[in-house]
Amino acid sequence: MKIMIPVIRAREIARQQALLLSERTLAKTESANNFLTDFADGIMFLVRFIKETFSRRFEIREFFHQCFIIGYKTLPLISVTGTIMGFVLTIQSRPVLLTFGAVNLLPGMVSVSLIREMGPVITALICAGKIASGMGAELGSMKVTEQIEAMEVSSTHPMRFLVVTRVWAATLMIPLLVLYADALGIIGSWAGANIKGDVSFVLFFSQAFSHIDFYDFIPAVVKSFFFGAVIGLVGCYKGYNAGRGTESVGKAANSAVVLASLLVLIVDMIAVQITDMLIL
Amino acid sequence: MRTTQTKIQNEEAVIKITNLSKSFGEQEVLKNFSLKLFNGENLVVLGKSGSGKSVLIKCIVGLLKSDSGSIEVFNRDVTIMNMKELDEVRQKIGFLFQSGALYDSMTVKQNLEFPLVRLKRQLRQKEMDEKIEEVLENVGLLDALYKMPSQLSGGMRKRISLARTIVVDPLIILYDEPTTGLDPVTSDEISMLINDVQQKYKTSSIIITHDIECARTTADRLIMLHDGEVYEEGSLKEFEKSEDKLIKSFFK
Repeated sequence: MKIMIPVIRAREIARQQALLLSERTLAKTESANNFLTDFADGIMFLVRFIKETFSRRFEIREFFHQCFIIGYKTLPLISVTGTIMGFVLTIQSRPVLLTFGAVNLLPGMVSVSLIREMGPVITALICAGKIASGMGAELGSMKVTEQIEAMEVSSTHPMRFLVVTRVWAATLMIPLLVLYADALGIIGSWAGANIKGDVSFVLFFSQAFSHIDFYDFIPAVVKSFFFGAVIGLVGCYKGYNAGRGTESVGKAANSAVVLASLLVLIVDMIAVQITDMLIL
Repeated sequence: MRTTQTKIQNEEAVIKITNLSKSFGEQEVLKNFSLKLFNGENLVVLGKSGSGKSVLIKCIVGLLKSDSGSIEVFNRDVTIMNMKELDEVRQKIGFLFQSGALYDSMTVKQNLEFPLVRLKRQLRQKEMDEKIEEVLENVGLLDALYKMPSQLSGGMRKRISLARTIVVDPLIILYDEPTTGLDPVTSDEISMLINDVQQKYKTSSIIITHDIECARTTADRLIMLHDGEVYEEGSLKEFEKSEDKLIKSFFK
């Protein structure tokens, strides 16, 4: 009897451990399945988007309307962000350059940083916050209130009207916003340089542009197109596939921002690698 | 009680559903469900909430895929159609959503123009404007032309939604609980409007409801759906005379 009790206990503990392990395995399998399902859904969405893009009827009016919303209505935010970006970068860099006696390189350094990296990435991240969340919330609420289904049952192709127009508008508008942010960033940088120094606007600009090459612009503009596409696609995907309740609208907007920001950084990393390989 | 019983135009079934089944996970919503909608009739599908009524009409327009069975609309099986074929069939069917589903970023006029521009491409702007004014007049809301959906009451939203449905001249209209959430007076107005639309536009309709007054006003024939199956089928008189406990609970 004395020997039997520890054996029974050991069996019980082993059984509990096995149950725990199987539950954990099941949970992991389920989350892996969810990830794979999401990934497959994303690919299907992309395929549908491409198919609808090349369909005969492009919703041109809605496309221009979305360009107006994405481009023009984001200008104030990008103006402030771009100016602050250049201003802060200049003020932070100045003491370091002063140590090496290289303050005259400040305009060139700041403008190259802005055009190559800071401008596109910061603008794209700001746009991911504003545009992707807006698309996620708008399409999500349309899904919840059956507006997307209403378009579908009347054969009016919601994918073509809602998604294709938004994604292309984002793809084309974000590079323009990036260039605008770059320009304002350089102006902000000039303002920052004049806090402790005295540089004329013309001199600052001529120094800035003497360090900028054509090859600084091209990769930045090209990757901005991809940033725009990613922001548009993620925002629309999350909204279009939102759940049924009002809670899902918030979730769609939130996850659109998180995923779009993450993908912008991943695209940037890939773009930097490709640029590096091509230029060297 | 419906005063002017519309005669079924002929015995031709515009929708023929045979042994339709649909499940969500382990929950079987429709079980071997069969139904025929004849040309020119108003068929009311009665049933408790969650009995599968809305699922049924969503399967008809292909918003939900059925597990088994066939749904023939004008003798073409919807369940095996590709997207292009489904689009052709959908153009003949109007769907009135429970919530109205008006596009809330557009005015009433733009809401009505939206399907017209895309489905009736041959129409000129002037003809479209005339068509929009005609349907708005028919639903009694001509003055709401430039209003936003947020400025409309529940009853007005339903009327505009119905106007958007009929503006493209559908042959069949599916109503998903058209009077839910409305006061008795407005409910009655909507029910009368359903009859008016049927007479004016010669449509055939399936009306999903649990509002017995709406059923009394609109029904040519009724089907009681219970636990995903046809529980009873017949005329309004037959339902009102029925001694069945479940049917009596609706018609008390």
